[in-house]
Amino acid sequence: MTISEAVKFELLRKMLLSRIFEEKIVSVYAAQDMKTPVHLCIGQEAVAAGVCQTLEKNDYVFSTHRNHGHLLCKGAAMMPMFAELYGREGGCSGGKGGSMHLLDDSCGCMGTSAIVGGSVPLAAGAGLAAKMHRNGRIAAAFFGDGASEEGSTYETLSFAALKKLPVLFICENNFYATSSHLSARQPTQQMCEKAAPFMPAIRIDGNNVEAVYDAAVTAAARARNGSGPSFIECVTYRWKGHVGPECDYEKGCRPKEELDKWLERCPVKTYRARLLAEGVVTDDMLKHLEARISADVEEAWAKARELPYPDGKNLTAGVYR
Amino acid sequence: MPWTKVLVDKTEFERTLGKDGLRGRTYKQALLEAQDQLLATDGRVYLIGEGIDDPGGVFGSTLGLAKKYGPDRVMDMPISENGMTGVTLGSAICGMRPILIHMRMDFLPMGMDMLVNHAAKWHYMTGGRLNAPLVIRSIIGKGWGSAAQHSQALHGLFLSVAGLKIAVPATPYDAKGLLISASRDGNPVLFCEHRWLYDFNGYVPEEQYSVEFGKAVVRRPGKDITIVAVSLMVYEAIKAAQELEKLGIDAEIVDPRTIKPLDMDTILSSVAKTGRLLIADCGPATGGFASETAARVAEKGFQYLKTRVGIIGLPDCPTPASPVLEKAFYPDSADIVRLAREMTGK
Repeated sequence: MTISEAVKFELLRKMLLSRIFEEKIVSVYAAQDMKTPVHLCIGQEAVAAGVCQTLEKNDYVFSTHRNHGHLLCKGAAMMPMFAELYGREGGCSGGKGGSMHLLDDSCGCMGTSAIVGGSVPLAAGAGLAAKMHRNGRIAAAFFGDGASEEGSTYETLSFAALKKLPVLFICENNFYATSSHLSARQPTQQMCEKAAPFMPAIRIDGNNVEAVYDAAVTAAARARNGSGPSFIECVTYRWKGHVGPECDYEKGCRPKEELDKWLERCPVKTYRARLLAEGVVTDDMLKHLEARISADVEEAWAKARELPYPDGKNLTAGVYR
Repeated sequence: MPWTKVLVDKTEFERTLGKDGLRGRTYKQALLEAQDQLLATDGRVYLIGEGIDDPGGVFGSTLGLAKKYGPDRVMDMPISENGMTGVTLGSAICGMRPILIHMRMDFLPMGMDMLVNHAAKWHYMTGGRLNAPLVIRSIIGKGWGSAAQHSQALHGLFLSVAGLKIAVPATPYDAKGLLISASRDGNPVLFCEHRWLYDFNGYVPEEQYSVEFGKAVVRRPGKDITIVAVSLMVYEAIKAAQELEKLGIDAEIVDPRTIKPLDMDTILSSVAKTGRLLIADCGPATGGFASETAARVAEKGFQYLKTRVGIIGLPDCPTPASPVLEKAFYPDSADIVRLAREMTGK
């Protein structure tokens, strides 16, 4: 498919936003005043960017504990995200959710689950609601390879196919559940095989943002025209450990050579070079773009840190509506 | 008042309601009517459950609704309890008002992850921005060898899960009014019915009315002992009270109607009056409604108690099958009478 220059630029912008936002977390995390476990998606940015590029503002997204990229690429406001990471009252979850439960319902980010597989049925439910409301919205579930080991995932794929729900099931196969490798957990290494009985399921290079976008465009069109759900397995890799800002190969969680190989396949660096070569962007444009995103991130971060903490008196507010 | 009156048998029902010209309905008809009215008046409401459109219509409680509203709003469900709890929850977060039905309460634990980890938490962990108006109806079975996996009363198990509400209607009036409240509540609600209540009769107004959560009702005023009874045990307590009256013991029966939230004010003021507390639950005595209520009264109303708290509940044992074992397993009005006599010394 032909991708317009404007879309290409936007794909790169989304990935850079995700990368710069999380690099900010890495740079400040050691200070230990961001008191929440952070699950970084550095290295996986192309998936969120490519999928969210096909979604409208009102379309629904349900995500996981590794959610920063999904929210940012869907258009979530950055300052309340930082504020939530700092446990502030002005955080997107009022300091009640933390890093694993970010949301921005104003752009369809309806919450994130830190239970593996949680996003899968919830997104299908969003698709069911959209279908019942006939409001034309579609839903995307982001989840990892581990979620394909949960029974509820199969239950949901089956039901979504039965009812032709407008849902994109986006599996980010990064090969690791915490530090357990996929080969120790599953008889197949191809997650798409597990969805194939239910719906169109493909496996693509999740570090190639245009490949992700291309697959998501097809899936979104299918969802919007009433043909039902699709499953996209995006093969990718997280650079950091399961949780926290450090790499984990030093601890023996995985071989350094494996990480090095994926570092070379950086989705941001690769795409940046490609757009330069294609003449879609110039060095000056890139410098300007990166400077602007960095300034936005800095501003959001600084503002978030100035916000007050929640009042302990409000501990139990919001348990019930 | 007709809406607090518990009619133990059909002849009493016909005598009482017929005399006053009041509208009588069974428990299952009350549930059916509540859902019919919700479906008719709220486009966000839909029903989903395994076999919901079967000829039996979930023991009569959904009879005819699939035909009337069609399969998109009264939807048969795959045997996928956890996934479907999640799907209905996702739809609730995005604006629907689903009512998910388990014909047996025993199927509820299969949806534990979506219920406990997700539904109960969504409002709180989204900082109150989103909510989860999901109602889950489930039916407690009893007898005829239903045994360990078709007769559990698990309502008490969920008391410790903040974010859930739990309704345990005993009368047709409350079945309808609480179900309407549950659907409008905005929070996830476990709506716990008892199969043996389905054919009980009582006053049920035709209009769409609601019964407030967290408001107990005194089914029978008395001065000697407070019996807090739940669901089917309300009827056993009424029968027991009639026996106790003959022995000169005047029992007050409190039906909490919802156990989460629990109307402790009504319970405590009753105990303050009678000085004695007996709790009769149709669930396990251990770690459930009875022990929780006993603990709260010990905490807030110890000074009122003239004697030890009495608990009637199921023993620490899975439900057996043989009728002889069932009889030994389930407490009834005679057990309440025996315990109340011991506690009052009469």
